[in-house]
Amino acid sequence: MTDLLSKFDPLIQERETLLATGVKDPFSLVMEEVKSPTVAVCNGKETILLGTYNYMGMTFDDDVREAGLTALKEFGSGTTGSRVLNGTYSPHRDCEEALKEFYDMDHAMVFSTGYQANLGIISTLAGKGDYVILDIDSHASIYDGCAMGNAEVVAFRHNDVEALEKRLKRLPAEAGKLVVLEGVYSMLGDVAPLKEMIRVCMENGAMTLVDEAHSMGFIGDNGRGVCEEQGVIDDVDFIIGTFSKSVGTVGGFCVSNHPKFEIMRLVCRPYVFTASLPPSVMATASTSIRKLMHSGNKRAHLWENSKKLHKGLRDLGFELGTPEAQSAIIAVIMPDLERGAMMWQALLAEGLYVNLARPPATPANMTLLRCSLCAEHTSEQVDQILGMFKAAGKAVGAI
Amino acid sequence: MASREEIMAKVEALIGPFNNKGVALKDATTFAGDLEWDSLTVMDFVAAVEDEFDIIITMNMQAEIETVGQLADAVAKLMDN
Repeated sequence: MTDLLSKFDPLIQERETLLATGVKDPFSLVMEEVKSPTVAVCNGKETILLGTYNYMGMTFDDDVREAGLTALKEFGSGTTGSRVLNGTYSPHRDCEEALKEFYDMDHAMVFSTGYQANLGIISTLAGKGDYVILDIDSHASIYDGCAMGNAEVVAFRHNDVEALEKRLKRLPAEAGKLVVLEGVYSMLGDVAPLKEMIRVCMENGAMTLVDEAHSMGFIGDNGRGVCEEQGVIDDVDFIIGTFSKSVGTVGGFCVSNHPKFEIMRLVCRPYVFTASLPPSVMATASTSIRKLMHSGNKRAHLWENSKKLHKGLRDLGFELGTPEAQSAIIAVIMPDLERGAMMWQALLAEGLYVNLARPPATPANMTLLRCSLCAEHTSEQVDQILGMFKAAGKAVGAI
Repeated sequence: MASREEIMAKVEALIGPFNNKGVALKDATTFAGDLEWDSLTVMDFVAAVEDEFDIIITMNMQAEIETVGQLADAVAKLMDN
């Protein structure tokens, strides 16, 4: 018998080698207690959270929690059914209304996760014979959506407008084309040149989808994302997003002004063949989304935090993913996985949690300590964070 | 119409800057095994080939191409279409 798990032997070996050096397993952290959007207890120690994508700190918002509790009492713990059968309750409809209000768009469709939103929308739009043109650094859910739809996949160099244009011009004029972009790329926290890219797509007859998972609620005057910030939101065909970042719960969505969009509810398999989200989750999401519409002050504070952390880390001598803060993600580039894991552990010992990101999730085989800021981090916490980076960096010889 | 030999010569020239180990190129030379290219190198190389011949090599096609000879054949086929 061939052991089907033997294909993972190299990874098992790599993990054993890493753990043999004495570092804790960075991929099995448990939070024993969560005190706020920015503080939890890990291994019995109070820890500042700097790697949760909880950008707007909505997870502990009083109104959000109250709405969830009320819906839990009134509608029960779950729907036990598909959105197209018995799984659409009024909170699901209301959540889609909240999204339409937030984006000022005609249609909104809620999925059980952001991963499923990309999987479902991309695989349903782009089928056999169609082309998906994507940035090489696209998220796994985008690649998986392409594979599931059997589309022809054309990759172009990260954020390279000219490379995108050249490839669009080489494709058959009559073929269906979907260009998939992200507003903020989650690994390095860099922003896409959407204004130029969307123009090139329109000139070459391609439809466009932008994943705004890491910009919703934060970037743009109304928090609608990089599309809004760069003035192209009306030119984009589909926007994908998630509730598991700024919105502070779980779920995914697609919004669009396409007149035929509603048919997607019947033809999109990851929407049809799974249970809908619990009504309490829908109530927390819609309450949070409506509050995010009026969160200009929090957005301003999050920008202050992001710029302050970026400058502070740069001044300490760390190598960062972007020359200046472009989003609430600040990525510290580590020389290799072993030193990355050592630094991660040293930070945790100081009382700071960040994400350790490694290949294949990262571009160019990089090991990253990825920090994501929260609007609820105080300026003093950012000072504390910088102190911890300094101490840990010196302890492991990273600076 | 470029001949198979002309295509092969151009492909070999494009491999040059990425051939850090100075591997002698044959039809059967593999990109992953013999040249030891990682995914980043593959991407840069594919972009260079696409620009040279003004074609698109989709990721679906790339998955089927393992050797230099297979690449030359794929380029010839794409230029025919």
